[in-house]
Amino acid sequence: MSATFINLAYLLASVLFIFGLKGLTHPRTAVRGNLMGALGMLIAVLVTLFNKQIISFELIIAGIVVGGAIGMVLAIRIQMTAMPQLVALFNGFGGGASALVAGAALAESGAIGAASMTQMLIATAASGIIGAVTFWGSLVAFGKLQEVITSGAVLFPGQKAINILLAATAIFFGVMVILNPDVMLWYWLTVAAASLLGILLVIPIGGADMPVVISLLNSYSGLAAAATGFVLGNNVLIISGSLVGASGLILTNIMCKAMNRSLTNVLFGVLGPSEDSAVDDIYEGRIKSTSADEIAMLFDTARRVTIVPGYGMAVSQAQHAVRDLTNLLESRGITVEFGIHPVAGRMPGHMNVLLAEANIPYEKLKEMDEVNSNIEQTDVALVIGANDVVNPVAKTDPKSPIAGMPIIDVDKARTTVVIKRSLSPGFAGIPNPLFAADNTLMFFSDGKKAFTDLVAAVKES
Amino acid sequence: MESFVIGLTIFVLAIFVGFEVITKVPPTLHTPLMSGSNAISGITLIGAMISAGSQHTMLTTILGFSAVVFATINVVGGFMVTNRMLKMFQKKDR
Repeated sequence: MSATFINLAYLLASVLFIFGLKGLTHPRTAVRGNLMGALGMLIAVLVTLFNKQIISFELIIAGIVVGGAIGMVLAIRIQMTAMPQLVALFNGFGGGASALVAGAALAESGAIGAASMTQMLIATAASGIIGAVTFWGSLVAFGKLQEVITSGAVLFPGQKAINILLAATAIFFGVMVILNPDVMLWYWLTVAAASLLGILLVIPIGGADMPVVISLLNSYSGLAAAATGFVLGNNVLIISGSLVGASGLILTNIMCKAMNRSLTNVLFGVLGPSEDSAVDDIYEGRIKSTSADEIAMLFDTARRVTIVPGYGMAVSQAQHAVRDLTNLLESRGITVEFGIHPVAGRMPGHMNVLLAEANIPYEKLKEMDEVNSNIEQTDVALVIGANDVVNPVAKTDPKSPIAGMPIIDVDKARTTVVIKRSLSPGFAGIPNPLFAADNTLMFFSDGKKAFTDLVAAVKES
Repeated sequence: MESFVIGLTIFVLAIFVGFEVITKVPPTLHTPLMSGSNAISGITLIGAMISAGSQHTMLTTILGFSAVVFATINVVGGFMVTNRMLKMFQKKDR
């Protein structure tokens, strides 16, 4: 098969990828879009088998069988609540593969004595650096999300300086690759420095900032593929890589905006408790604790209920119990909506996936602005496992670590019920005056149990 | 140099296409977008296949084989898990 034909097939694959992503703009067309992407990939892989450079198929087939089996098992067995860590892991493998391919290409041109062009060598170094950062950064993100390692921020003195030094070292080794393409050692040193950098960049990032990091690593995995495309002179890699790179950057930007923080601040800034002493003053004597029966009585007169989920819903696996309550309330003529903050959970869209898993129609999942526009007509706002994203301090205290972050204004609902195990602060480490507000009731319970109890209480009343 | 400029042109244009298409994806589908686009970035698989199959040296073959395994996990796992998620969104559409 001629090279022209192979390249035309790659073009077809690229077009299918673009149509596939376009399909993702609506839930109705999304499944088909994803299948188009998969078809594009299949075409690209099949025509690659006709590449004249390939003289043996055993290893390719073995690799695909092994990788395919691992990927399949992971994809089928993963719990929806664990989706963030799985995406992080897949990201990492993609980035790692790009760095390996660039390394192989470099070794190959060394072996056959071909003189590599400078721009290809630059791309090789870039692919090695971005790929290694993506691989190790993603593994650390996976470890944190899976709680294999601490999910909190790991901080040590001089962290920033060390990172800058490591980045400079990786770039220096990268330049050496370009100057001495025959010495593979420089490439491995580049990869080693970038690997360490990837680990240290993600280690200081705490749980609630994960959506930003995963989006950013997503973008990197695309850029690594694009860089590898420059190394191999392969357009389909460049196109797909830049599509993914753009996608990750957009998501990163959305996440940063939703926290009113710059990317630099998320990556290098430190969130910490401002004044702990104020905690007692804020909560002292103002917390009203409630029970399932009391909340059921609230529902008796309610016409509109808004549920605001956060990471706590994922932790307690409460999504199915939430669905049961939703159905029950709707059967009594109450309108139930969900208010989803962009950074609720551990990755973009995390809450939506969990609620979709529990069969809650996506029309009910409202974005922050839409929910806020009719929050005053809401009779009961139920907050489950969310904290910082409903903290009114973001609006009132310009010195607070979450100052200026857009929030869901549940404090403006007629009654707000916060389901939470204790009064402990959220990720930002600051107390939440919402808990002490006059129209707020605290329901101290595990998320799933709370909803199960509510369903029982509503049925009885 | 010529082919590099062509590559760069394609890169820049594709980024614009990416921005245009992806800004239209609603927040509710952001997780499937990530896992789906992630699977697409596994396209590096085709480079890996060439390295694994051309058998230049032991080193390139080992690197190529490992890359094939990594990239295939990314591709197969990514598309399958995206499909699983999207089906959950679709079944409520009746």
